[in-house]
Amino acid sequence: MDTGTVRGIVVIILIIAFVSLTIWAYSKRRKPDFDEAANLPFADDNNPSDRDNNASHEAASRHDKGERNT
Amino acid sequence: MSTALEHPTYNYKVVRQFAIMTVVWGIVGMSLGVILASQLVWPELNLGLPWTSFGRLRPLHTNAVIFAFGGSALMGTSYYVVQRTCQTRLFSDKLAAFTFWGWQAVILCAVISLPLGYTTTKEYAELEWPINILLTIVWVSYAIVFLGTIKFRKTSHIYVANWFYAAFILTVAVLHIVNNAAIPVTPMFSSSIYAGAIDAMVQWWYGHNAVGFFLTAGFLGMMYYFVPKQAERPIYSYRLSIVHFWALIMVYMWAGPHHLHYTALPNWTQSLGMVLSIILLAPSWGGMINGMMTLSGAWHKLRTDPVLRFLVVALSFYGMSTFEGPMMAVKTVNALSHYTDWTIGHVHAGALGWVAMITIGSMYHLIPRLFGQTQMYSTNLIAAHFWLATIGTVLYIASMWVNGIMQGLMWRAVNPDGTLMYTFVESVVASGPGYLVRLIGGLCWLTGMLIMAYNVYMTTRRQQSINQPLPQTV
Repeated sequence: MDTGTVRGIVVIILIIAFVSLTIWAYSKRRKPDFDEAANLPFADDNNPSDRDNNASHEAASRHDKGERNT
Repeated sequence: MSTALEHPTYNYKVVRQFAIMTVVWGIVGMSLGVILASQLVWPELNLGLPWTSFGRLRPLHTNAVIFAFGGSALMGTSYYVVQRTCQTRLFSDKLAAFTFWGWQAVILCAVISLPLGYTTTKEYAELEWPINILLTIVWVSYAIVFLGTIKFRKTSHIYVANWFYAAFILTVAVLHIVNNAAIPVTPMFSSSIYAGAIDAMVQWWYGHNAVGFFLTAGFLGMMYYFVPKQAERPIYSYRLSIVHFWALIMVYMWAGPHHLHYTALPNWTQSLGMVLSIILLAPSWGGMINGMMTLSGAWHKLRTDPVLRFLVVALSFYGMSTFEGPMMAVKTVNALSHYTDWTIGHVHAGALGWVAMITIGSMYHLIPRLFGQTQMYSTNLIAAHFWLATIGTVLYIASMWVNGIMQGLMWRAVNPDGTLMYTFVESVVASGPGYLVRLIGGLCWLTGMLIMAYNVYMTTRRQQSINQPLPQTV
């Protein structure tokens, strides 16, 4: 098998891989998983220890928990 | 830095350091750009000194904006995004701190060695071999911290932004090591192990993939986190993002030869590079559409939110320059555009319009959160920065289009007897007004960055006042 044939086969394999990937990505079976993944940037917002919620909340709560500043 | 600022789970310290240095290096890199633009209008400004000549400051400018500004932004945001989407702390705090200080050391070496004239002469890879070895160590540490964090994630999925960041980190490691393979001759001089056309091919395989993976894949990682976050809705299509990822990384690798049209490179290699550059339009626009459509139903937010405006205009410029790029890679178009200012205009449509805008938008989202706040000190200053950046980019690229096409046409114009119609210097003289407009565009950008620095400074100051110990009853 000469180099040209090998290269041709590699191209065909890559095309098959890409088409399969696309079919896999758009299959209905994957939808719930992808919806979960798409929401990952927001997943840690509900975490009560998260600082992003509001700094002023924390500043206000510090009136009551003054000892945390020491 | 007060310990009260520390997040219970995440390592925000290293992200804060990178975020601040992004602004600092942005100002340094763009100031150098303004100096170079001024030198092209008034050549006397090179001061007649070797250290301040155009040829030495130009690589310093490109290294400062790409690796210092862009690199700090990518490393900082990747550490933030990977922690938040994997819901776990960075793999190693000490190694993360080493990547910060190591990266700054590499940049300082560039700031010293490039004006002194030490260069490998490889574009975007000018640093000499001892600095390259340090850079390799820092980069491998960065890969360990990032990939280690993904390995110990608390979530089942690896969010798409992390895929883009990981591809950027791994590919840049391979590109850097292969392209900089050299035989050291003296402590600050080395000779590339490649020669002739192969050296050129390896250099532009590196050069184009530096664009593809450093300036595109990395910043797409930023886009896939910060656009949904700022728009407060998930990415338009997660499926499209997966297809986008694999298509982009499969195709980008092969487009490098379009930098070497009509050179000693074999003709078939040039044609192959051209064809794959044209194919590259599809994944590029797939990603752009995915980002843009995330805003469907939330377009009204653009009226009130200048941060979102930065992110969306970045995507528009990304779409525009990824259309322009494949067009310029067509050999017949390249015959006109190559070696002219059109190339510089195209690069800056990508670098200012896409890379810098998406970075700045992400920083305006990120910086207040890193300093325990919900928003920047002044939204009006962000809006002012947005308009300065947009007008600056438009002035820059429009003047370079005019200059570039004019230069290309002047260089190829021939008299009926076959002699050239114009001398080269006539095209330089004709480019003068364009260079002045470009300088004005650059000044708009620099002004915007200085406004950003003030806004960031005031935001961090306000945080310090929040953290002041309050009077308490015993």
